[in-house]
Amino acid sequence: IKKKVLVWVEEGPPGQISSGENKTRTVHANILYDNAKGEENPNRHYVNNKIKTTKYTLLSFLPKNLFEQFHRFANVYFVFIALLNFVPVVNAFQPELALAPVVFILSVTAIKDLWEDYRRHRSDKEINHMDCLVYSRLEKRYMEKYWKEVRVGDFIRLRCNEILPADVLLLSSSDPDRLCHIETATLDGETNLKQRQVVRSFYDLDCEFDPLKYNSIIECEKPNNDLNRFRGYIIHRSGRRDALSKDNLLLRGCTIRNTEEAVGIVIYAGHETKAMLNNNGPRYKRSKLERQMNVDVFWCVIILLVMCLFTAVGHGLWMFQYGDKRPVFDVLSPDGRDLSPIMSAIYLFLTMIIVFQVLIPISLFVSIEIVKICQVYFIHQDLDLYDEETDSHLQCRALNITEDLGQMQYIFSDKTGTLTENKMVFRRCTVAGVEYSHDANARRIAMYQEMDSEEEECMSHGGTLPRRDSVTSYQSAHVVLRSHSTKSHRRTGSRAEAKRASILSKHTAFSSPMEKDVTPDPQLLDKVNECSSQMDFMRLHRQPMSQLTSDLADIIDFFIALTICNTVVVSSPNQPRHKVRMRFELKSPVKTIEDFIKRFTPSRLTSGSNSSSSSSLNRSSNRGCSSLLSSPSADSTLTKLNEEQFSGSLEHTFSAVPPSYDGKTSSNLEEGELRYEAESPDEAALVYAARAYKCSLVERLPDQVTVELPHLGKLNFELLHTLGFDSTRKRMSVVVRHPLTDQITVYTKGADSVIMDLIKPPDTGRKTLKKIVCRTQNYLNLYAADGLRTLCIARKVLSKEEYACWLQHHLQAETAIQGREELLFESALRLETNLHLLGATGIEDRLQDGVPETIASLRKAGLQIWVLTGDKQETAVNIAYACKLLDPEEEILTLNADSQEACALLLEESLHYIQAKFLCSSGDQTTNAFHSNFAPVETYPFSSSHISPFSVHRLGLVIDGRTLAYALDKSLEDKFLAVARSCRSVLCCRSTPLQKSMVVKLVRNKLKVMTLAIGDGANDVSMIQVADVGVGISGQEGMQAVMASDFALPRFRYLQKLLLVHGHWCYSRLANMILYFFYKNAMFVSLIFWYQFYCGFSGSAMVDQWYLIFFNLMFSAFPQLITGTLDKDVSAETLQRLPQLYMSGQNSEEYKPYMFWMNMIDAFYQSLACFFIPYFAYADSDVDLFTWGTPITTIALLTILVQLGIETKTWTWVNWLSIAFSVALFFTVALCYNASCPTCYSPSNPYWTMQKLLQDPLFYLLCTITPIAALLPRYFYRACQGTLFPNPVRVGRQLDKLPADTRRNILGLSRVTVGSPLRAEPPFLSLNKLSPESWNNKDQRSIAGSKTSQAKQAAASQTEEKGQISPPARMEKHFSDLFPLAPSELDALPYTKNDPPLPGTPQPPSAKDSECFRRTLQLSDQSVNVSTPLVSQTDSIQLNLAPDRASECVRFRRSSETGLRPDGTVQPACRTAQQEEQSLHTAL
Amino acid sequence: MMASSYNAKDEDGHHSGSVSHGGAGTAKSKKPDNTAFKQQRLPAWQPILTAGTVLPAFFVIGLIFIPIGIGLYVTSNNIKEFEIDYTGVNVDSPCYTCANNFSWNSTTSCSCTVNFTLEQPFENNVYMYYGLSNFYQNHRRYVKSRDDRQLNGDATALKDPSNDCEPYRKIGVETIAPCGAIANSLFNDSLELYYVEPSGALNAVPLAKKGIAWWTDRNVKFRNPAGVDLPTAFKGTAKPVNWRKPVYELDPSDPDNNGFINEDFIVWMRTAALPTFRKLYRIIHKNQSSTSTLPSGRYVLNITYNYPVLSFDGRKRMILSTISWMGGKNPFLGIAYITVGSICFFLGVVLLIIHHKYDTRSNSADIPN
Repeated sequence: IKKKVLVWVEEGPPGQISSGENKTRTVHANILYDNAKGEENPNRHYVNNKIKTTKYTLLSFLPKNLFEQFHRFANVYFVFIALLNFVPVVNAFQPELALAPVVFILSVTAIKDLWEDYRRHRSDKEINHMDCLVYSRLEKRYMEKYWKEVRVGDFIRLRCNEILPADVLLLSSSDPDRLCHIETATLDGETNLKQRQVVRSFYDLDCEFDPLKYNSIIECEKPNNDLNRFRGYIIHRSGRRDALSKDNLLLRGCTIRNTEEAVGIVIYAGHETKAMLNNNGPRYKRSKLERQMNVDVFWCVIILLVMCLFTAVGHGLWMFQYGDKRPVFDVLSPDGRDLSPIMSAIYLFLTMIIVFQVLIPISLFVSIEIVKICQVYFIHQDLDLYDEETDSHLQCRALNITEDLGQMQYIFSDKTGTLTENKMVFRRCTVAGVEYSHDANARRIAMYQEMDSEEEECMSHGGTLPRRDSVTSYQSAHVVLRSHSTKSHRRTGSRAEAKRASILSKHTAFSSPMEKDVTPDPQLLDKVNECSSQMDFMRLHRQPMSQLTSDLADIIDFFIALTICNTVVVSSPNQPRHKVRMRFELKSPVKTIEDFIKRFTPSRLTSGSNSSSSSSLNRSSNRGCSSLLSSPSADSTLTKLNEEQFSGSLEHTFSAVPPSYDGKTSSNLEEGELRYEAESPDEAALVYAARAYKCSLVERLPDQVTVELPHLGKLNFELLHTLGFDSTRKRMSVVVRHPLTDQITVYTKGADSVIMDLIKPPDTGRKTLKKIVCRTQNYLNLYAADGLRTLCIARKVLSKEEYACWLQHHLQAETAIQGREELLFESALRLETNLHLLGATGIEDRLQDGVPETIASLRKAGLQIWVLTGDKQETAVNIAYACKLLDPEEEILTLNADSQEACALLLEESLHYIQAKFLCSSGDQTTNAFHSNFAPVETYPFSSSHISPFSVHRLGLVIDGRTLAYALDKSLEDKFLAVARSCRSVLCCRSTPLQKSMVVKLVRNKLKVMTLAIGDGANDVSMIQVADVGVGISGQEGMQAVMASDFALPRFRYLQKLLLVHGHWCYSRLANMILYFFYKNAMFVSLIFWYQFYCGFSGSAMVDQWYLIFFNLMFSAFPQLITGTLDKDVSAETLQRLPQLYMSGQNSEEYKPYMFWMNMIDAFYQSLACFFIPYFAYADSDVDLFTWGTPITTIALLTILVQLGIETKTWTWVNWLSIAFSVALFFTVALCYNASCPTCYSPSNPYWTMQKLLQDPLFYLLCTITPIAALLPRYFYRACQGTLFPNPVRVGRQLDKLPADTRRNILGLSRVTVGSPLRAEPPFLSLNKLSPESWNNKDQRSIAGSKTSQAKQAAASQTEEKGQISPPARMEKHFSDLFPLAPSELDALPYTKNDPPLPGTPQPPSAKDSECFRRTLQLSDQSVNVSTPLVSQTDSIQLNLAPDRASECVRFRRSSETGLRPDGTVQPACRTAQQEEQSLHTAL
Repeated sequence: MMASSYNAKDEDGHHSGSVSHGGAGTAKSKKPDNTAFKQQRLPAWQPILTAGTVLPAFFVIGLIFIPIGIGLYVTSNNIKEFEIDYTGVNVDSPCYTCANNFSWNSTTSCSCTVNFTLEQPFENNVYMYYGLSNFYQNHRRYVKSRDDRQLNGDATALKDPSNDCEPYRKIGVETIAPCGAIANSLFNDSLELYYVEPSGALNAVPLAKKGIAWWTDRNVKFRNPAGVDLPTAFKGTAKPVNWRKPVYELDPSDPDNNGFINEDFIVWMRTAALPTFRKLYRIIHKNQSSTSTLPSGRYVLNITYNYPVLSFDGRKRMILSTISWMGGKNPFLGIAYITVGSICFFLGVVLLIIHHKYDTRSNSADIPN
């Protein structure tokens, strides 16, 4: 299947659709041609709506499936060999028998394909037979038809909650606003409702749409897969053209909501619908391991050919030595001719290829697929990867790259929605230059987090959910507008509850209580109340509103702007999918100038205010106080803890609620709680924030927005225009008529950088305004520094003349056919000028749970993490700090350039800077303390990289999109990479989707590393597709990323387990299985090879052909599958706690090229043993060919199984069962086979052979000694390896063997939360003491700390080393340093060979080190927690699992606080480096 | 290819689930089962191969194997075996003339006599073998060249044997019975053994022809074709090219030992595994009297030399051997057991040293506290 690459395309300038037949599609109404013959229908060429996703038909199945299977080279090879058997001169086996394995493999695959296809067929059939209403000309009404009968050009009628059968152009809607709401969740996963408009020309139809009257022609684009684009126009008989846009198109698969009935004409049907075009099947990638394996398969082919050649030559010589004297046993060819030695050698070559075919394992490919399916199954089943909140778990979409997960080296992550929740929480705001910090709100949010974590703990302890009524009811007190339904959600605030809530409101987006309930700032609330009551007063007394003080007016305007300047749709929870609406009259937005004039007559004005005042009667009221009082406080510890803290704000709340509101509760009840469905979570957050100030959005209609204000009640704002958000303008505006002031007001909301430029330059004398702008800017900077997303709110009041003037242009733009979008854009620009700044908001995009921890542990696992975000630099940097991607301790190189040259210069300077520091750190000893701050902390051996190992410094690189564009240029990319790879963290801000994918591609191709891209939005799609492994977050931003991804995760933190545990397991399982396969086949085949020396190289085999053919397929197949699926080298817990173990996969340590050859050599040795022991045991005896061959087969099987046993790390009952099954199967089959037929199975005719053998003691003696002799070297090697050169994985396994609590203790120390300060008295295990001699032998070079303090300690330790400590002090060893504690240490841990030599570090790491580790482990067994806190002096042991094997070792460090000294003076050289770096910053 | 099934299944499953349950999403949670198997938490034994953990195994293997090896070695040594090469390669060997003058085409038989002396008496049943060297009975085309159905007395196969027998399938129109190269090259020397009494008289040693083949071969696998008598049954078939007499006259002395069920023939048809092999020729049953089966002394072996081997540099031998429970004389297995046992023991010691030096479990036990 050709894959359609779905690339997010920013809506470009609208190009004119040419009328060329090849570019467009013309759709006529079918009913016009109903009477005509089929050929006349212009729509006849378009596909109908019948979908067929099946690959095969009944007839085509066999040829097509075989054809597809033969795309795999291995299948062709095996069929070739099987066919070779039909040539009499070369045949080795019975031809029919030789076909068996190939046929078996092919038919298994074919049956599976058939079954899959059948399922697809069934689901197709189900879909094709769904009903929909299609207009019939004959009946003059809509008839029920099957989906598959729908054709392009049909009129179909859709009812509420129906699913769209095809892509339909909306022509009519029962909705008075000519809107149709659809839910696109199945298409893009977005859960909010989308509005679609009736085509403009059908807008004003008063009566019902009559298909018979329709006679327009639609011209539009050819079918494409872009969900967000549809262009075309409709041509009426009058010749009038109306443009069509994506707002008119209803897409197949979406559901009609909130609209009773809609009629449309089918534009695209069946496979040409956008939904179907977007539906790609699962993806196939070739994993790194498989690539490596293919190389070795190639080597196997070489070995095979060499063996065959050798045998052929041997046979030729053997023939030659007899000359003309033909011995009786050298049978003539069937036709009686004498073959020359050369000819027989050639024939024999082909025969040997058949005999040795097992060397190329036919079952390997099938086995790998089976194992991968099982691995995917287990990953799917993992409870830890299941997100209860969304009831989703990990999806593996690409099924054949599971093992790549264990080999990742670089992670490229999106920020919003990936690292962060994409749940926007209102945090603070500034209005009219005054900042309202919303402290209570911050505390509330903190409490949610706390509760979440506590809840999880409770859950994990298996306890029931403790009720937290007091806490939550307490919270509910803050939010005034509150209904029972929400309270019940919020009561718990726990995960489980949130989940239930989210299921209840499944289709309502962004409804977590954390986002909804904003605790208002008391000060601001007071002001709002004051302001609105004043306004109420003024209105009652018919005073002009302008008397309001400007800052109060600003406040109320600010909230009105928050409420109405958005596209939030309101729905009520009781009828979830129906808008709350109270229609006054049918109104449509301003269309013409006349309309405008008509509307703005005085009579209209009064009627507007009338309606608003009448509605103010049933204004809602606040029941917050009563609900607060009625909830008795339960004995929750949390409340107790927070009691004092909260009491203050409680009072505020009380005082904030004016008593006058208490009585009017009735309307509130019937209203229920309103739900806001927003296209972006920011909008919802702002609306919820405004609601907290009782400025709530009640209703949104296309022409009118109803807002409820305190005191003032419901106000109807007449919505004149909505200028939607776009990424170039970075703002949106609404034009409304203010019901109170009657002015035409523009409310604009947008990015601070844009809005600030549009602020009206303050008039002379209005200093306050300038001050406000200035102050606001300050706060904005503060917000950004806090990692908040900032938005500015502004207002503009238009005079009627100004408005009329603008409107004229705007209407022209709107009606323009060509370049409409550009014109509209310009029109918006004209309007949004000279704004009056109201305030700014800070919204927190909360980090997802566990993101910093995940990043820390992924980094410990040796993964480089780059964040590529579209956000602005400040926000991105702040988030990076928050998620511990950047460390406050580390330096940050910021690259901002505005030209190619500048960028080149910058990169050059950065390189120099890094090099300078490098030199400095290696140069002078006295500067240790200084450069330990920045010294290279980790060195990754870039195994596959052609460049020398590069050290990664404690540096962060921040680069913005523009600079990135320059840096990605061909001429600079190498430099950019050189800089980027030596930084520990890289942050690309303001990057476009294309840049994201270019960065990934660059790193992947240039550094030859394995890359993983993770993202959640459509803008990450290209990056996800480029990376070796693409991971999508199935979050809120839709399904596009998921559709493009190989794996879809519910949350970022699951990446940790996916990579560290499942990736590691999959990799090590598969690597071991592949190696084992090669070994197994080589071992078995070379048995026959050795035999050629004893049968005149005639291609004879002592192994019965049945055994030979079914050995791989049956007898030895199951145990390795089981091991390949279930084996765990290290437990999940240890893998997660010791992320360093992941490096074994990165460095491909389980499967290195030399291991293949080692295995081959071992296989040859083993086959020698298995061949020659029976050979000598039966030498010169009367044994016959197959009575001798059968024990060899048995021995080979046993040897192979025991070998698997040696390589198996985890023995479950399944393993035992599979091995027992294999042995039993072999003997059963052999016994049955040998008893079944006395005359069949030529040539071996093994009648009663096995039975005879089983009576022979020699058989048992052979079966005992041979496997042992064969496996002795490997077993011995493994044992020595385990003791002498344990690799980190083995250390992990040993850790697993420790009793659970001890292990937890040891691992627990490493779990200290990242970012927690280095504690003065870390909890430690008092360990035994090593003998002083051994202590002195210890490696002491581990001094290159990262933090200054650590460096101090280290320095101290050196001094101490010189001998002043008393023996008792040495007794105490802090085990706490076994694993790093502080974040900086985490990364500072590995000291590598590339480190500059440090003073006092003479001894290289030795085997001693690992020994020490074991010792410490042993000891910890016995002396857990027998600690004697020792503050003054600390000896520490540090376990170090460095990326390269050589340096894995334990390090000891001692320090004493008394010995701490201020760090040494900084060498001038370093200073210059520092200065250089500073100047760099300033220069940029 | 195969892998795609999983995803499809899962998604389909989910789809149908959500359809049938409609809005009640809680009813069908996708939450995976928390079972030990699915969560990969099956109870498991996790052996770690280190010097310390494997060294007992080495010692145990060593301790078991060495006694077994000694036992096997002693058993093998107790077996008496006598072997004599009568090919006649050397000029002074009795069969030299026969060997050099004889070919497959000869019509007259050649005889020669070999004298030998048994130093020790042979007790119990003594097995008499003929041994061939450099004879590749395991050659691929040779092994194939037979028709088991014909040998099983199948009438159709008798008339129309399998093509495997080519080019020894037919002579003219007559099919060859038994067909194929194996049968064609049947070993046809006959050996007679005489004990030279101290008086000088030759005393023929009774050689039993029956019971030398597998029971199943003689009774199940090999059967004569149905017929009133063997000559009728084999009517219309030709004898193999190299044979002197038809298959139903192989043993003139015993009518039951003729045709396909002739035991010498059956033994020959069981192709040897290696180019140097022996085949059981006769059994010398134990005397009823208390004397040894073959007392020590001089013997005469009378050979009717029919089988040419010099053309392919082959050798012919006559072997007399007693057997034990483990078969004929072969010290190899005993030695192998002793060797492997010793190596294991040695490696065990090496591991012990490694363990003591590097595996620090034991010597870190002292906790100063």
